Amino acid sequence: MPAENASDDPRATGARSVLDSGDVSRVIDRMAHQILEKTGGAADAVLLGIPTRGVALAARLAGRIAIFEPVSVPIGTLDITLYRDDLRLRGVRPLGATVEPAGGIDGRLVILVDDVLYSGRTVRAALDALTALGRPRAVQLAVLVDRGHRELPIRADYVGKNLPTSRQEEVRVQLADVDGADGVFLTDGLYPGERGR
Amino acid sequence: MRHLLSAGDLDLTEALLVLDTAEQLDRAIAGRDVKKLPTLRGRTVVNLFYEDSTRTRTSFELAAKRLSADVINFSAKGSSVAKGESLKDTALSLEAMGADAVVARHWASGAPERLTSWVRGSVINAGDGTHEHPTQALLDAFTMRRRLRGGEGDLEGLHVAIVGDVLHSRVARSNTLLLRTLGARVTLVAPPTLLPLGVERMFGDPVDVSYDLDSVLPTADVVMMLRVQSERMAESFFPSAREYSRRYGLDVRRMGLLPDHAIVMHPGPMNRGMEIAADVADHPKRSTIVEQVTNGVSVRMAVLYLLLGGAE
Repeated sequence: MPAENASDDPRATGARSVLDSGDVSRVIDRMAHQILEKTGGAADAVLLGIPTRGVALAARLAGRIAIFEPVSVPIGTLDITLYRDDLRLRGVRPLGATVEPAGGIDGRLVILVDDVLYSGRTVRAALDALTALGRPRAVQLAVLVDRGHRELPIRADYVGKNLPTSRQEEVRVQLADVDGADGVFLTDGLYPGERGR
Repeated sequence: MRHLLSAGDLDLTEALLVLDTAEQLDRAIAGRDVKKLPTLRGRTVVNLFYEDSTRTRTSFELAAKRLSADVINFSAKGSSVAKGESLKDTALSLEAMGADAVVARHWASGAPERLTSWVRGSVINAGDGTHEHPTQALLDAFTMRRRLRGGEGDLEGLHVAIVGDVLHSRVARSNTLLLRTLGARVTLVAPPTLLPLGVERMFGDPVDVSYDLDSVLPTADVVMMLRVQSERMAESFFPSAREYSRRYGLDVRRMGLLPDHAIVMHPGPMNRGMEIAADVADHPKRSTIVEQVTNGVSVRMAVLYLLLGGAE
């Protein structure tokens, strides 16, 4: 997934900035408005973030929604590690915590939140993880960046930015709560020594 | 981590990883109607048991099944072992069937280690002779951490008294190794005849040893009672069961010597009235004996996940 090694600063590795921090804030505001609009006020909605940056994004969205309308949308965390289909392709992954939103998810409109939508496999795993947690009324998907290259029939209901990419490229999302500042970057996925060949 | 043979193989980081993973897995299925995760789908776990066991075998079986692995139970009784098949030939058959993990219990110390040279899969020591029982130590540490440390971090500064048949106890050995890795202080309490020769030095750094239970209890945060293993005692190690019980059994009076927060553990199966009085074993506040069994499943799920959950 794109945000895996985000500890190194993309600015230092020749990455191209796609959204700056002002853009990210505006995009999140728009997504918050769209959620309110599409759900008719978000009365029975809950936001479920997929670690790591999906959780931060869910909290941001809930915060903005609360500013625009007098509604408090419960937020939770959905760790999908145990449901991944690529566990055997890599070393053992550490597990994260799943935190159910206040009031649970049964009968609610669950909005899954992630930073980047790519192959769709993370979302597939999240849908499985969700089934184990309860039975929502409906499930929607909100992502900050849709970079294309789907491998499964999955689409997002709320998209911050459609970003056409090649498979070699890497999308890095940074959010203030996790990385100290907001921003979306595109790198060529090459090590510095490989560039210009 | 490829095999789990000894609690001493785990350094502090690895030990905490197992405990933290167990905590996450426990929370992932707690309170659910369907206690099942798809994580180890398509993997095969073989329970290879050369010794009688209810708790450990069913615990491993349940742990593997909750992670969706296929489980094969192979016990020496009623199998080709009863017809004289060697451990090696049995192992080679299991290997041919494609076992990803072999959970081995054997009366011979070191048998699981021997298995690692015959099978490609991971080997988990589920108790070998009087040597080790690492998953028991992990579930005990998990239980202590939950009860006394809020389910996180190490066990720095905890004082654990391990009482009874230390000589024959693989539980005592694995626990001593792991508890010291986690920063706890261990005191082994037993009559001299039930302590291995040179026990003070057998765990690297010197370990505290006492022959007097009453003097240890007032400072113990945890008292772990060991089963008197009559099946491993060819000769007599103490004059009579009554005398053992009077000097080293945990009864209600002795339990009263413990600090208020202290807990009482036992790996099971218990000899009620021998090393532990029924009123102590069933004590609602102090006894963690039933909890240990529950926690055992989570800890074994964590071990299976960490050994089988990634690339080979």
